[in-house]
Amino acid sequence: MQSLVIVAHGSHLNPGSSAPTYDHADTVRATGAFDEVRTGFWKEEPHFREVLRTVEGDEIYVVPLFVSEGYFTEQVIPRELRLDGWDVSEWDSEGLSADQATLVAEDIDREVHYCGPVGTHRAMSDVIVRRAESVTGDPDVGEGFGLAVVGHGTERNENSAKAIEYHADRIAERDRFDEVRALYMDEEPEVDDLPEFFESDDVVLVPLFIADGYHTQEDIPEDVGLCEDHTEGYDVPETVDGTRIWYAGAVGTEPLMADVILERAADAGADLGTALDDVRETTRVATGD
Amino acid sequence: MPEPTSDATTGEGAAAGGDPEAGPEVPDIDLPSDAFDAVLDALADRDAGDPLRFEGFGVARDDDATGEYRLDPADGDRRTGLSERELHEALSERAAEVTDWYAFERVVGEFGPRRAFLRWLEDADGATVATRYAALAEGIERAWGELKITATVTDRGERRYDVRHADDAGVPADELDRYDDPLDARELVKLDEKGRYRPLKTAPTLAGGWVFPDLGPRDAYEAVETVYPATVANWHREREGELDVTHWRETMERQSGIYGVVKTWDRGEGHEHVDWVAEACCDDSQCLKRREWGYDDETDLDVDGGDGAFPCREPCSVVVSAARKWTRLESEQPRTYEFELTPSEKEQVEEIIDAVADGRIDEIREADTKEGANRYRTRFLRAKLFDDEGNLGGVPTEPDEADEADEADEE
Ligand code: SF4
Repeated sequence: MQSLVIVAHGSHLNPGSSAPTYDHADTVRATGAFDEVRTGFWKEEPHFREVLRTVEGDEIYVVPLFVSEGYFTEQVIPRELRLDGWDVSEWDSEGLSADQATLVAEDIDREVHYCGPVGTHRAMSDVIVRRAESVTGDPDVGEGFGLAVVGHGTERNENSAKAIEYHADRIAERDRFDEVRALYMDEEPEVDDLPEFFESDDVVLVPLFIADGYHTQEDIPEDVGLCEDHTEGYDVPETVDGTRIWYAGAVGTEPLMADVILERAADAGADLGTALDDVRETTRVATGD
Repeated sequence: MPEPTSDATTGEGAAAGGDPEAGPEVPDIDLPSDAFDAVLDALADRDAGDPLRFEGFGVARDDDATGEYRLDPADGDRRTGLSERELHEALSERAAEVTDWYAFERVVGEFGPRRAFLRWLEDADGATVATRYAALAEGIERAWGELKITATVTDRGERRYDVRHADDAGVPADELDRYDDPLDARELVKLDEKGRYRPLKTAPTLAGGWVFPDLGPRDAYEAVETVYPATVANWHREREGELDVTHWRETMERQSGIYGVVKTWDRGEGHEHVDWVAEACCDDSQCLKRREWGYDDETDLDVDGGDGAFPCREPCSVVVSAARKWTRLESEQPRTYEFELTPSEKEQVEEIIDAVADGRIDEIREADTKEGANRYRTRFLRAKLFDDEGNLGGVPTEPDEADEADEADEE
């Protein structure tokens, strides 16, 4: 029996934080690729500490719904899941290439496949592009458009910046958007000065965050100048210093994220049948009328 | 081991009665073909002569590879050499026992917590099939936190479950919002009655007004586990004598990152501070889990752990987060401030603290100035006692400088 466990941060304060996790779990569940799909959280329930005891299967894949490798994926989750003998060297990663480690979870005395985070998977580049399609309502968006991929800088986590750059570079190589830039919230090049970094009149701004919350709903909109105060709201697009900014909100809410979760499990050996194709199909942006 | 609480009005009552003739009647059950087929499959997987056991009798394939079956004890039916049709007849006579086997062995399945919970709902490890089916025909009710679960049986021996808020007991199902997918419970538990987010799923603030009127066994289990995650799994471990309790000390020692500071709160000078935490957060008025953790594995706390059906095996993330705040606040040294209050004002301050701590402020009526925590009374107190900087009695918090900026430090 094959089980998927999606682990995410969750929140004590924000009721919407778990929504993307639940949504992607539902998308994966609907593919039928797993006999069961469970979710576990750091700040909600079931907690990381107790989620595995709710799992029935014997082939268990744990996929962290986090944007980068770092404190959570390397320390908190393995510790709280009680992965026996975990050492970050199991992933043999420089910050971008964590794939999976198979370890016994002491809580249930069964093996689990502990996968790398969704945010650093190569398929995440496609989700960023898909997010740009959704927010512009244009499945072919690219020409005449710039794309800004935004996240924390190195200050909080060195690997966070690596993930941003990695996807920005990969998307740039596709020559789909006129310009692609990695911008940061707490270091240069800063998202506050977005119009300075782009020549295009239209720029899609995609924050590499899992859930909408303080950073994506208050911090970034105010820093970029979409609004003076987040409570006023803003339009999409909103013009700032002559640049039309299409603010996408957290990329993690994009339905195609379910695909990255599946990719992670597949890389770790899960048998998925046609689920990957199914998800790519069902989460597509409809072509206009 | 504490027995989970239950209000099994019909279930346990009937089971304890011990006189099936006087109790409610056992319903007539038609043996459904899926149950009969499952019996044939199970027999095919067994050696000839090796009986499949039901309550009160067993069935086996006959030894001589004739494709015939035997029944033991046969109670008036033919004992050996039964054809498939004769076996069907015999099992139809015993449809309650066969469907009971089918329900638990094939529909519910092996998974420990689910199986134990669904058996517990109808006291399947205590009462006979006849007693249970009679009780199920009337509906067996159980409480689980704020949930009320009513188990019934159809005339095909299938279990059905009605899951709703205990406050909605007795309300006709069509007057409540109906749900059929247990995952929909994720939305039902998100906000309390006043629309406020519930960060702790076992807080006694579950809103009502909804019902899952007709769930199968697996979905009933999922609905309960969605409303109160991992509670069945932990209750099951406790029943098996295997609950892994992680006490306060160990939990705090494990914390890292922004929570690492909490380990400094324990100074080897007793556990009064942890008693306060438990009194603040874990009391039954705040959380329906029964706290089983203590200060360490040798030291219980001095406050009651509560009477909940399901255990709490370690301080939860809400408590750890709050402890982080308290660790900082409690590192301050007390000072002596001088204020002048009338006796009524002192009591009023106490009443305000009580009203906030007990979540009563919304109950205090606008014009009820007898209540110390009444808004007008409180605004009057502020108008009288605060200076322009918001200092009580005009006394600054810091003798020299004004307030420090409060850091944003959530999560
Ligand atoms: S630690 Fe206290 S508040 Fe948290 S779940 Fe346990 S009993 Fe409830």
